[in-house]
Amino acid sequence: MTDTLKPRSAKEVEDAVQWALGKGRALELVGNATKRAIGRPAQSDLTLDLSGLTGVTLYEPQELVLSAQAGTPLAAIEALLAAQGQHLAFEPMDYGVLLNGAATSGTIGGTLAANLCGPRRIAAGAARDHFLGFEAVSGRGEIFKSGGRVVKNVTGYDLCKLIAGSWGTLAALTTVTIKTLPRSQTQATVLLAGLDDATAVRAMTTAMATSCDVSGAAHLPAAVAGRVGLRAAAGSLTLLRLEGVAPSVAHRKAVLIEAMQAFGAAEACEESASRDLWRAVRDVTPFAGTAAMAARPVWRVVTVPSRGAELARMITATAEAEVLYDWAGGLVWIMLPPSDDAGAALIRRAVSACGGQATLIRAPAATRAATDVFAPQEAGLAALTRRVKQGFDPNGVLNPGRMWAGV
Amino acid sequence: MVAMPEPDRAVLARRDRIVKALSAIVPGEGVIASEAAMRPYETDGLTAYRCLPMVVVLPSTTDQVSRILSYCHGEGIRVVPRGAGTSLSGGALPLADGVLLGMAKFNRIREIDYDNRVVVTEPGVTNLAITQAVERRGFYYAPDPSSQIACTVGGNVAENSGGVHCLKYGMTTNNVLGCEIVLMTGEVIRLGGKHAEAGGYDLLGVVTGSEGLLGVVTEVTVRILRKPQVARAALIGFASSEDAGECVGKIIGAGIIPGGMEMMDRPAIHAVEEFVHAGYPLDVEALLIVELDGPQAEVDHLVARVEAIAQDCRAVSCRISASEQERLLFWAGRKAAFPAVGRITPDYYCMDGTIPRARLPQVLARTRELSERYRLRVANVFHAGDGNLHPLILYDANNGDELERAEAFGADILRLCVEVGGVLTGEHGVGVEKRDLMPTMFSEADLAQQQRLKCAFDKKGLLNPGKVFPTLHRCAELGRVHVHAGKVAFPGIPRF
Repeated sequence: MTDTLKPRSAKEVEDAVQWALGKGRALELVGNATKRAIGRPAQSDLTLDLSGLTGVTLYEPQELVLSAQAGTPLAAIEALLAAQGQHLAFEPMDYGVLLNGAATSGTIGGTLAANLCGPRRIAAGAARDHFLGFEAVSGRGEIFKSGGRVVKNVTGYDLCKLIAGSWGTLAALTTVTIKTLPRSQTQATVLLAGLDDATAVRAMTTAMATSCDVSGAAHLPAAVAGRVGLRAAAGSLTLLRLEGVAPSVAHRKAVLIEAMQAFGAAEACEESASRDLWRAVRDVTPFAGTAAMAARPVWRVVTVPSRGAELARMITATAEAEVLYDWAGGLVWIMLPPSDDAGAALIRRAVSACGGQATLIRAPAATRAATDVFAPQEAGLAALTRRVKQGFDPNGVLNPGRMWAGV
Repeated sequence: MVAMPEPDRAVLARRDRIVKALSAIVPGEGVIASEAAMRPYETDGLTAYRCLPMVVVLPSTTDQVSRILSYCHGEGIRVVPRGAGTSLSGGALPLADGVLLGMAKFNRIREIDYDNRVVVTEPGVTNLAITQAVERRGFYYAPDPSSQIACTVGGNVAENSGGVHCLKYGMTTNNVLGCEIVLMTGEVIRLGGKHAEAGGYDLLGVVTGSEGLLGVVTEVTVRILRKPQVARAALIGFASSEDAGECVGKIIGAGIIPGGMEMMDRPAIHAVEEFVHAGYPLDVEALLIVELDGPQAEVDHLVARVEAIAQDCRAVSCRISASEQERLLFWAGRKAAFPAVGRITPDYYCMDGTIPRARLPQVLARTRELSERYRLRVANVFHAGDGNLHPLILYDANNGDELERAEAFGADILRLCVEVGGVLTGEHGVGVEKRDLMPTMFSEADLAQQQRLKCAFDKKGLLNPGKVFPTLHRCAELGRVHVHAGKVAFPGIPRF
């Protein structure tokens, strides 16, 4: 068992990184360790546990801003916001369902470091789009900050973007500031049944081109639709979410059902059922729940939305795969049968044909050590990525090799 | 005035050879070397600063950009990229020993993809041209800086431009999906594309807003949105800026994010009304424009709520636009605020700090005091929803030390913004203008870390030097790791 350091302040994080630098040790950064199984397996000597840095230090709902120590549980922040009628508009998913078969609660630092998002990405962006400022300790053992506590700021490079999705390979976050937004008063989901994948992608494209402000567009093929707990789900289901004030949602629902007529008779489900559906889509629950499923690798493929069905077909044509579409076809979750490379060759081929990039989210550690988990990069971009890493963590102290070997 | 890096005499001595080499890369009229023809490039939107470049080059292909940069990299020549030259912070201010790389010839929209709701464009296309290209199909490009008729998309990426609608629809960074950039070495790198997430480090996110210091943008993929069904605006007058500020806070507190929410103070209202005759009330201290957009049912519902909130906050007047024509008239005043102020003063200096909104009354009161101390008038326009303040300092450059006083006044306002928890710039960029104020917001360690990112992109520091960072450090010096293992109080940290 590796040793764990659990600092209680930013200064202690700085001390820990300085110590590791001096001793030539590598640190694995964790918050609540809910996403530990994503990425290449840790090549670290010690664990730096940041879950001791907790507490919301500023929350001003009218200014749409919240600051917290990085180890603050996401659930605590979400509860605090809900009490003021607000939420994190980027709808951070919970990987716990896919990885462990049960809901978990990560930290706000982990949420940002993994650049989490959800079905609302098509309307509100990802964590990166709501990340206003931070204080962190670089792999050089120095405390530094970037951004601010106001929602509009272009002072200096936007390092928040760089840290979001860097999986702890550049800096250990100690304090973060994020944008909060009003939570929609209500929501409803317009449902289309029985569409094949290609038609469903066209239907979602049509819906996104209306002025209905669709804030979620997902398609669950028949095999998957039966697992989201909707009574009528015998065939496939295409889901279109509408959020806002009640009169607006009611109006748009009618307009959208009309606009979707060419794709068959649409129905709608109301707030509570709608929330449950989108939570299932967000957390990809149809790919979890049984031991047999837990043994199958899962890929998260981001592609050009209009080519989502084509990409999936390239994979289902040769492998016994299950797919779930989000982002109007722009995000394709793919579950494959177990294999040595988790199906990497097949996935990468389809992605290179249709555009986008793929990440291996669920696979045994041995597979993740032997196969590229994050998308391989062409030479120039890979070299630039290494130079960026060098600038923040030249000695490879922070999560070395988590994203790519040598980074 | 902010000092620019000393010109490199050795480079200037080789000017003829350099012009010749650039002419070989961009034949015909792509190289401008005569003083008269270079004159239009000597300044940008920050007109107090002027400098003739060594030479201007206007490439039209990525390959030419790559060869120009590769040549300059090899020869140790500085390069300043330029879009339409509308920067208000001096981002495109030339260097006397530098090549000015004008991107105006990259003026073609390459692809409109309605299925994926994206436009792929060359960077020299203007911001407004994107919307114009897609509006017949009911779409638009959301970021709308007030220079949108002239400013280019490439410049928008470099500056992470905003506009009056960014509280609801985001800045450039939230609306760009992909870029092709050329590094100072000439290497061409693609970041992202038509898909939502580029993967790997979010280099697209740092290139956006990097003020032309990291790479030259040669192609951009932007997201387009379906136009809202309707928009209506409320024009609300208040007897004090405190009341107006309270109204803004309560609207947002009620869960309403308006498409636009703008505030003007009395001097701005008067200047504008005299110029545009928008029907603004002249007996108020603060005027709010609150625009709600979306489906009719939603807009009607929210307009009624905003009206009620305004009454609650002691509004002295409240008009709701009854027609599209009236809505545009409400905006015509706000949109003409800068030229309207330009009519009542020979020169004005536009500031751009952002503050936590609740501190507005304090910042305005302090600004009035400074106005008296510096003996210069000031008019305030304010993106009220997101706290982005634009004080316009009125001065006459031909009158004694007024320019110096205006600059000192502006710097004091920006220090004040930082002091109350805000930032130096909300949308105009640091550029030359605010460069030397960076240490009021950032420590040496903060700035050093930013410059290490610069080193990863441009190790020799040849791309747009003299902007953003007050002190230039060599990358080798920034790269050193300082280990103080002996002094670390490590044993105090809980260990399991």
